[in-house]
Amino acid sequence: MNKLRTDLQIIHDWIPDGARVLDLGCGDGSLLNSLQQRNVTGYGLEIDNSQIAGCIESKVNVIQADLDLGLPQFSNQSFDFVILSQTLQAVKRPDFLLDEIIRVGKQAIIGFPNFGHWQCRKQLAFGGQMPVSKTLPDSWFDNSNIHLCTIKDFEKLSAEKHVTIIKRSILNHSHKDSLRIKLAPNLLGEIALYQIKKSTV
Amino acid sequence: MPDSIPVDSVGLVIPQFIHIDTPLSLESGRMLMQYDLVYETYGELNTQASNAVLICHALSGDHHAAGYHNLEDKRAGWWDNLIGPGKAIDTNLFFVVCLNNLGGCHGSTGPTSINPSTQKPYGPDFPIITVVDWVNSQAVLADKLGIGQWAAIVGGSLGGMQAIQWAISLPNRIRHAIVIAAASKLSAQNIAFNEVARTAIKGDPDFHDGHYVEHNTAPMKGLGLARMLGHITYLSSEAMGEKFGRELRHDRLNYDYDVEFQVESYLRYQSEIFAEHFDANTYLLMTKALDYFDPAKHFNDNLAKTLSEVQAKFLVISFTTDWRFSPERSHEIVNALLSANKSVTYAEIEATQGHDAFLLPVTRYHQIVRTYMKRIASEEEP
Repeated sequence: MNKLRTDLQIIHDWIPDGARVLDLGCGDGSLLNSLQQRNVTGYGLEIDNSQIAGCIESKVNVIQADLDLGLPQFSNQSFDFVILSQTLQAVKRPDFLLDEIIRVGKQAIIGFPNFGHWQCRKQLAFGGQMPVSKTLPDSWFDNSNIHLCTIKDFEKLSAEKHVTIIKRSILNHSHKDSLRIKLAPNLLGEIALYQIKKSTV
Repeated sequence: MPDSIPVDSVGLVIPQFIHIDTPLSLESGRMLMQYDLVYETYGELNTQASNAVLICHALSGDHHAAGYHNLEDKRAGWWDNLIGPGKAIDTNLFFVVCLNNLGGCHGSTGPTSINPSTQKPYGPDFPIITVVDWVNSQAVLADKLGIGQWAAIVGGSLGGMQAIQWAISLPNRIRHAIVIAAASKLSAQNIAFNEVARTAIKGDPDFHDGHYVEHNTAPMKGLGLARMLGHITYLSSEAMGEKFGRELRHDRLNYDYDVEFQVESYLRYQSEIFAEHFDANTYLLMTKALDYFDPAKHFNDNLAKTLSEVQAKFLVISFTTDWRFSPERSHEIVNALLSANKSVTYAEIEATQGHDAFLLPVTRYHQIVRTYMKRIASEEEP
């Protein structure tokens, strides 16, 4: 078993044994494959042709699908967890997808690169160019990140959508948590992970 | 036949016959008192009989899925690019069975067979066989071959419908269903195409209400026309454009009604060849089996409910340019399996060839099937 990417490892640890999950943009299925050993069941959704065979190899139930079309194939509250890792910024309407996620999942885990990180701000403010970093390695013209956001942006959207944040974890590029990041997450955090649910009004 | 048999071919195969005299009660209410099935097998059945794979053919297919019948054979079996040693359905790992379905015209009992009660060919009196009936007859063959549970049942188009029906009818006898370019029922448009095909056959003066064999003739024109129509719907506009464009047979227009464009010549040739080798009554029967297939009709048209007892894991595959059995039709199957909380994997293959793609060596399609079959082989025996 290959070691999981650190952010996936954190998501992995947040999911309880035996949960039913939907992994949106599941890539080669490594997270679900690893979760299966803890009796976690569910499906992965992936649009990329080249990843489907990898999921099959990992014995992951993968459905080739486009997240921009929403999740009409799934009924309300049909999963314990919906996972969206490093994909929110690549969809056409992150707000609609967030609606869909909290409709389908009792809870959700969402991870994205924080565009408010000081290096991004520096590159834009002083270099006058779109930032390129370890977390955001591609140039503005050839990456799939069409809706980058900051930690502040996401939390604002969550509030508007009546989403309750159960917990969050903010990491630097080596996927480490630290006290300094805790003090200034939107400035020092490179990757943000949230466990959320729909607020009960 | 190539100069020598390729190493990844199953090689020379001999079709086998089995006579069944246990009556088969049909979905129509009629009975088939006795019947023959012709089938081929490739690879070896293991001692636990856990590595058997059933291949279900589509409208015009037969039992000859792979290999060659003799050294003069010009073409290998119809799914030879998928089945063989080292191929996606690897005969080094699996015992592969393919039969000619009942009602067919390549050796299994069908309209051209002699009706034992009249000693004349059945012709149009042969009972209409449905997908459910095929599954039941295939289960009889499985019993005879000592196969309690198929590792996988694989089919494209009408063949995929049989795999779905197996999973519904006999849930504990199938571990995996591989459903390619299929649908859970035909659309009105699809039934309409079939009706045009049937009208072409029945309108041929040589049809004689289906009793053409007794008149020593066959409705070749009508059957050819039916095939022409089918053929157009199996290809995408893109594929036809690529293959023929507006290319002419001769370098100028003749301003008459003869064949002038290459596409006309191709369709005419293909349909003539087909009509020589296929029985018109079988064609009618197969199109009816397609039209009738609708397993959800017994469950208030609720496909998820229909699939609720399914135990098989599904691999569903569609092709982007297939408009006869479009990806949307596969989505219906996948979504119902998801609603029923079943194990399903779905791949939508980018391919230019339309419905025909399921028979062609499309790289990513074969890679998906190969990976899935490897996963089946690696699974612990039940």
